[in-house]
Amino acid sequence: MDIFYPLQLLADWLTYNVFNIAPKTLLAGAVDFFINDTIKIFILLSVIIFFVSIVRSYLPPEKIRKVLSHKNKYTGNIVASLLGIITPFCSCSAIPLFLGFVQAGVPLGVTFSFLVASPMINEVALVMLLGLFGWKIALIYIFSGLIISILSGIIIGKMKLENLVEPFVYQNKINGNVDLPKMTRKERIIYARDYTLDILKRVWLYVIIGIGVGAWIHGYVPADFLAQYAGSGKWYAVPLAVLIGIPLYSNAAGVIPLVSALTEKGVSMGTTLAFMMSVTGLSLPEFMILKKVMKTKLIIIFASIVGIGIIFTGYLFNFILR
Amino acid sequence: MIIQVLGSGCPTCKKLFELTKQAVGELGLETDVEYITDIQEIVKMGVMSTPVLAIDGKPVIAGSLPDIKKIKETIKEAIK
Repeated sequence: MDIFYPLQLLADWLTYNVFNIAPKTLLAGAVDFFINDTIKIFILLSVIIFFVSIVRSYLPPEKIRKVLSHKNKYTGNIVASLLGIITPFCSCSAIPLFLGFVQAGVPLGVTFSFLVASPMINEVALVMLLGLFGWKIALIYIFSGLIISILSGIIIGKMKLENLVEPFVYQNKINGNVDLPKMTRKERIIYARDYTLDILKRVWLYVIIGIGVGAWIHGYVPADFLAQYAGSGKWYAVPLAVLIGIPLYSNAAGVIPLVSALTEKGVSMGTTLAFMMSVTGLSLPEFMILKKVMKTKLIIIFASIVGIGIIFTGYLFNFILR
Repeated sequence: MIIQVLGSGCPTCKKLFELTKQAVGELGLETDVEYITDIQEIVKMGVMSTPVLAIDGKPVIAGSLPDIKKIKETIKEAIK
């Protein structure tokens, strides 16, 4: 049985009995959808982010670096991508992470695997996918994201692009063996609670607006409305979706509910996946900030490899999930 | 004793700086609190998660914003 079934009952009750909206009308459909999804997403956000934060308190970037500097190339890429999942990412943490990894001797390719996975597979995006698309699509998203970050890192490592990193980066060597203060169990719980509240504070409005507009689309836009423009038969749908996704990074929480509603109206699943990966994995502010530590050429190479990976994933799942 | 707060200039980092200054004042210590935003300096100390509270060059709190009680305890611990 669906564990969210009681929520559906609650949403039905609120819609039909409390708000007194006549069943089987467009308005009823939209309101019911909005109540159900909003409550579900907020429950998932609180539970999953709290849990991930607890795990993360055991694996801060400083410890991850220690692990990565002992791994050989390919295992390094895999481990870096896996660890990227639990590490949150904001454009303000990109520089310290990059310098801290590279200067402590983590290979450039492995560092890039981490830099790709960390924003692309983030907990907010995962919750939204899980809540709105179900666990299968969420898993497909994680696995595709992992493969893209592992391969991008391996390719960048093979291309030997160290000369495209700003010279000062390699002039400073640091000791990566720092002992961080230990946290007590109580401190971990406080950390996780504060982090969860912080994220909720940051995304709640986007989530509500996103689900609100999504509910409207769900109720009022005819099914298959977009199929003729963005169905799986349209070759340009995937690259276009990726381009539109690049400037939308900070709004992932609001974009995903919107996209979820569009999927019902004929946008194919591969295109949807590619769009979401582009929103989270390719971020304009991050590129701007990385200019401080690397040449523009390296940023373009990095963005192109990830972009091509995402487009390929989009076509692949348009083909498989038809 | 040197007390430093290191951060990338994010709001949380500034908050830690303010709290630390307040903690030092309340403890009656004769020392200034330094605020460092040079990312290379932060990375050199071995940490990547900001904000950082460092005492005599050693990070004692990293990656989270503690309350003032915890900051005072940490400083007192370091003086011993």
